[in-house]
Parts: sequence; C-alpha cells; structure tokens
Amino acid sequence: MLNDLSELLAEYNVPAAFWMTIKLTVVSAIGALLIGTIIAIMRVSPVAVFRSFGTAYVTLVRNTPLTLIVFFCAFGFYITLQYRLGSQDSPIDVQNFRWGVLALAVYHAAFVAEALRSGINSVPKGQAEAARAIGLDFGATLSNVVLPQAFRGAIAPLGNVLIALTKNTTVVATIGVAEASYLMKGMIEFRPDLIYAIFVIMATGFVILTLPVGVLFTTLSRRLAVRR
Amino acid sequence: MSAESSVLFDAPGPRARRRYMVIAIVGSLGILALLYLVISALAAKGQFTAAKWSPFLDPVTWTSYLLPGLRATLVAAFFSVILAIICGILLGMGRLSEAAPVRWACGVFVEFFRAVPVLMMMLFAYYVFLFGFQISGEALPLLGVIAGLTFYNSCVIAELIRSGVGALPKGQLEAGLAIGLTPFATLRLVLLPQAITIMLPSIVSQLIVILKDSALGFLILYPELVRSGQTLASLEGNIIPTFMVVAAIFIIINYLLTRLAHYLERRLQTRRRGPRLPQAQPLRSPSMAPGGAMAASGPN
Repeated sequence: MLNDLSELLAEYNVPAAFWMTIKLTVVSAIGALLIGTIIAIMRVSPVAVFRSFGTAYVTLVRNTPLTLIVFFCAFGFYITLQYRLGSQDSPIDVQNFRWGVLALAVYHAAFVAEALRSGINSVPKGQAEAARAIGLDFGATLSNVVLPQAFRGAIAPLGNVLIALTKNTTVVATIGVAEASYLMKGMIEFRPDLIYAIFVIMATGFVILTLPVGVLFTTLSRRLAVRR
Repeated sequence: MSAESSVLFDAPGPRARRRYMVIAIVGSLGILALLYLVISALAAKGQFTAAKWSPFLDPVTWTSYLLPGLRATLVAAFFSVILAIICGILLGMGRLSEAAPVRWACGVFVEFFRAVPVLMMMLFAYYVFLFGFQISGEALPLLGVIAGLTFYNSCVIAELIRSGVGALPKGQLEAGLAIGLTPFATLRLVLLPQAITIMLPSIVSQLIVILKDSALGFLILYPELVRSGQTLASLEGNIIPTFMVVAAIFIIINYLLTRLAHYLERRLQTRRRGPRLPQAQPLRSPSMAPGGAMAASGPN
C-alpha cells in the first residue's frame, strides 16, 4: 500500500490539483460572501420589494442543483452565447475556471445569505429595544448592539457553508477544470489497479482541507458565542 | 418577517414610510431594469424564438427525454434515501453505543465520509463496480450514483439522529433505565423514535440535497434529468431553454419538499407535550440548514 501511494504521488501532480481546489474555494468564497451579503441585506430590509427579490433569489438558487448552475454558466453562457469573463482572448481553461467560480459563488451566495439572516434573527428583539431605550440612534443601535451579536451568531453556519463550498468545488470537474476530482478520474482510468490507493489519497486530501476549517469555526463560534 | 417588527428596524412613522416608498419605487425600477437587461440580452441572442421553445410542445420531448430523465433522478434519489436512512440509523446507533470500539469506529467512519465530496464517492463507487465487480451496462451508473449518495447521506443522517437523541430530555434515558430496560433497548424503544420524529423536518430537507446531488450522476453517465436534458438540447440546439425547463422541474419538486419540511416543523412545534426541539444546532453539520430554521436544505 505504501509503495502504491508513493508511486502515485510521484507519477501524478496531486498537490497541483488540490492547489486548484484551494484557489476555486477561496475565490468563490469571496464572491459568495459579496453576493450573499447583498442578498441578506435585501432579505432583512424594511422595503417589501427588496425582501421579495431576496427571497426569490434564495428559493430559486437553493432548489437548483449546483451541477445545473455550472452547466448553465459553462455550456449556456460561455459556449453557446459566447460570453467571456474578463479578458476576451484568455484561453478556454481560464474561462472555464472563471465561469466555474461564478457558478459556485452564485450558488453558495444563497446559503451565505441564509447564514447571515439567521445570525440577525438570533438577536432578541429586546436588545434593539434596550438600545433605543438608552437613547442610541439607528446607526449606533446597529453598529454597537445588533450587528456584533448577529455576526457572532452567523459564524457557525458560515463555517458550514465554507466546508460545503470546499467539497462542492469538485462539481466544476464536469466542465473540465483540473481540480482534485478531475485528477482522480484520470488517475483511476489510467491505473485501475491502484483504485483504492487513489481514493485514499484524494479523500485524505479533502479531510485535510476541511477538518481544520471545521475546528477553526467551531472554536471561533464557541469562543465568540453570545451568552444569553 | 414583517416590516413592523424586526430587530433592525423600528416600526416606521409617516416620514420613514414615505422614504420606504421612494426606495421601493427606485428599487423596483432597478430590479426591472436588471431583468430587462438579462431578458433582452437573451432575446438578442435568439433564445426566445419559437424554434428554441416549440420542442417543449412536442410530446416526444417529454416522453423520450425529460420524463425518463426525471424518472431516473427520482429512482436514484428514492433508493439512496431508503438506504441512507437505514444505514444512517445504524451508524447513529453505533455512535451512541455503550461499547467504546463501536462508538469510535462509527465516529471515524462518519467524520471521514462526511468530509469527502459526494462526486468523489460516486466516481470511486462507479469504478469499483466496474473494475472490482465487473458490472457493466445500465445498472453500473445507477449503482454508482446510489452508492455515492448513500455513503455521504447516511453519515449526515447519523449525525441528525445523534443530535436528535442529544436534544431529548435526560429523563427519557433515566426513565428507560429505571424501568429495567438495557441501554440498547432504551435507545431503540425510547430515544430513537422520539429523535427520529423531531428530526423529521431535517430528514426531509436532506431529501432535497439528495435530489440535487443525484445530478452529479451526470459525470458517470447516469441518464438523469440534467443529462437527458443535455441530450435533448444537443439534438434541438436549444441548450438554454432546456436548462431553464430542467431547472424549473427541480425547483418545483424541491420547493414542494421544502413546504413539507416546514409543515412538519410547525406541526412538531405546536405539539403541546412533545419533546423539546434542539436548542443549538451541532456545529459542522452540513445537513442542518446553515441558518436557524431546521427545515431548510444545506448547500450539500
């Protein structure tokens, strides 16, 4: 088994594939956080139109398979409609990466929005009422009382979204981005005799990626938990 | 959430109401402009012509492509759900076992397979069935999809069961032991039925995740809804309209399941002497909604 593992690691560039997974995760996570924050603000705004738009976004995106969103971006917008993201003359694998990131960001934004909203909902109404009672205005109530508690309440669900995002980056293998599961498919097709060793390597890679994130967010949310 | 009562905004007075009205008008114009931009861009590329959409009026489109695809998706999801619930309950019982080795083994199993992407497990299962068991033909991709989904989701359900049991009042366990039941019998006869009941909304939500993830079977050539949609689109040359229809089918089914989960959650909350709902969701459980409400599906 150990011989098999070292043979595979020498033959295939496993770190490069996981580096691609990490790049996909980081860039999509930033995108999802941006879009998700906007959607979350819409969902909690006092204006009904924005609330319905936010709800519609979350309902539509959350109930669509990620695979379908990725295909929509890659086969629909990129291949069929010839839309390009960024520089027009970038090669196809760069375009696939960008469209994959966009799909991942759009999909996970719905879950980020729900995480943020649940954080805001976890703040009891009495907190805002107390803040107003001692004479804080709207801005001070939000920045000093409500939002600090809301962000702490959102840490644990945001951690779950980040872990799910890390694992979901494998879906862009379907449009040929050379990340971990794409490499795994190629490895198994060339070395079916070592299939178990291949799975152990790739699965362990994901355990190594996701476990620290889980531990970090668990610790953070425990340490920063608002005691009520 | 109504505008009148939220932790962020006070009940609006006349001035604020006027301001909201202005913002609402500007906002709706902005949203309409955005929708118009998207639709006109698609129309300019000829995506709303009759030629692209008329295939959906042809019964053959439905009987040969979309409905068989939907059937394949539902078949894979159905078997995965049944197997995942059975294995999940067994694993969950293992994690709550009195015997430390069993508890430990089930814990490692659950934590490991929850960290591995579903797609990887599908690929692995597919090739193990292909090379290891020499299975071929139509059964191969179906088995791959079911195995991948079952492995992952049984671990998620095991965690649901465990957190459900953890949320029960301590008196339940004590009462079971006090009337002379063994710990295992207490778990089986007293704790598990209650845990499964309070976790029912989350289990229904997991069904949505399973339905969505069955689309990953695309990569191992399982003829589910997305793949059969793509086959149709390559014949008709209407990939964007087809994906819209496929997305609509998924959204309708999953939305109905979400409603079911919400209904179950409300019913359980209004039960007068039912067990308490878990107060805090366990961390790092992807199935529990990354949000407060239990009855909302997670990203995976």
